[in-house]
Amino acid sequence: MSQLSTRHLLGIKDLTEADIQFILETAENFKEVINRPIKKVPSLRDITIANIFFENSTRTRLSFELAEKRLSADVVNFSSSNSSVKKGETLVDTVNNILSMKVDMVVMRHSSPGAPHFLARNVKANIVNAGDGTHEHPTQALLDAFSMREKLGDLQGKKIAIIGDILHSRVALSNIFCLQKLGAEVMVCGPITLLPKHIERLGVKVELDVRKALAWCDVANVLRIQLERQQIKYFPSLREYSLYYGINKKMLEELDKEIVVMHPGPINRGVELASDVADSDHAIILQQVENGVAVRMAVLYLLAAVKA
Amino acid sequence: MQKRLVLNQQQIQIILKRFCHQLIENHDNFDNTVLLGLQPRGIILLDRIVEELEKISGKKVPAGYLDATFHRDDFRRRDFPLKANETKIDFLVEGKKVILVDDVLYKGRSVRAAMDAMIAFGRPQKVELMVLVDRKLTRDYPIMPDYFGIRVNTIDTQYVVVEWASQGQPEDAVWITEKEQK
Repeated sequence: MSQLSTRHLLGIKDLTEADIQFILETAENFKEVINRPIKKVPSLRDITIANIFFENSTRTRLSFELAEKRLSADVVNFSSSNSSVKKGETLVDTVNNILSMKVDMVVMRHSSPGAPHFLARNVKANIVNAGDGTHEHPTQALLDAFSMREKLGDLQGKKIAIIGDILHSRVALSNIFCLQKLGAEVMVCGPITLLPKHIERLGVKVELDVRKALAWCDVANVLRIQLERQQIKYFPSLREYSLYYGINKKMLEELDKEIVVMHPGPINRGVELASDVADSDHAIILQQVENGVAVRMAVLYLLAAVKA
Repeated sequence: MQKRLVLNQQQIQIILKRFCHQLIENHDNFDNTVLLGLQPRGIILLDRIVEELEKISGKKVPAGYLDATFHRDDFRRRDFPLKANETKIDFLVEGKKVILVDDVLYKGRSVRAAMDAMIAFGRPQKVELMVLVDRKLTRDYPIMPDYFGIRVNTIDTQYVVVEWASQGQPEDAVWITEKEQK
């Protein structure tokens, strides 16, 4: 494969399996790079990247910025809280103004699903989706797949359970697409109110009992309860959620096998994951963060090389 | 298509032996010297030299593989493989004498990129270049080998092909061929 089939990373849905494999293989090379004494390569030194974040982010923004800097790109950052967006400028105008300053790529997080797709149709730069509302978060899914592969090898036939707030999670949707393209079996698990209707049509198993999900899976990818996106009550209380769906060490010890526990962060300790799990050897949460930089380097490097 | 044999298996074997003795002459017992093979094709030559050196000296010679894909100066400028190869260097080159090993020296751009990549592993005391074939007329950068197997006069419309028996070819050989007319 000589280049990616797309010049934007809008969602995993648009990628082919070969694209995903190409990104993951390239990420392995970049992981070696970021473990060198000097962690920088000059590949993107003539590229300028704008990180445009209309929604809060710690990990993703830092991770993208580090990835860009380690590829020697020039980076400008923009967050909506202190910008003219507040004065009523439209998204296309904002981005076109930034592009007039000769920016080649845009990494964007937005609260509206489809915002990066809209942008890709209307502006010239390469667009990377860093999360659009409750829709997709492709780089998170790629780094999750990379971390699983690192731990388990080929994902063909592996069983992955995604546990928690599936309804409001862009990580869940991107994970489902990505894992299925790599040949894994996917299950979603959570209280019925937090599972999207008709989710089984995506070809995933649905389970309401977290203990059964844990007994079935090789990897548990645990998601945060996204209280900020919940306008109505989906469950009686956090305490009750934690009682029924929180994962603690005892539950893992009762299994007759070792499973891998993942979490895209930020963790609500004591809600979806007990501290004795989050800090245990089962969890690869911090490895995920490290791999995030390598995977994002691979994505930016490969997108920059795609000829229009 | 014209195809001309430049080196045969026996000649390559003689060159490899000569390389080893030159290295031993200049670097004594390799206390402060490391060898780096350039990916993808220099590593085959490197492996042969290391094997030969260890036979002669009876000592383990520190060696690694260096990939310069991310350091190339032609990214986005022309078609070249984006896919990198493994870099495997489990030592620092800080203060060491480094010998870069590649099969063919053509424009010198790979070697320039490789020196750039190498510096990520420290500041070497001295860097030398060893190549099997030196295409002396086609250089873009001011780079010369310290050790070469054979020096050939070629032009841009020709290829130098290095074949290794260990890679499934009938025997070790170096050929010059003409690029096919389009």
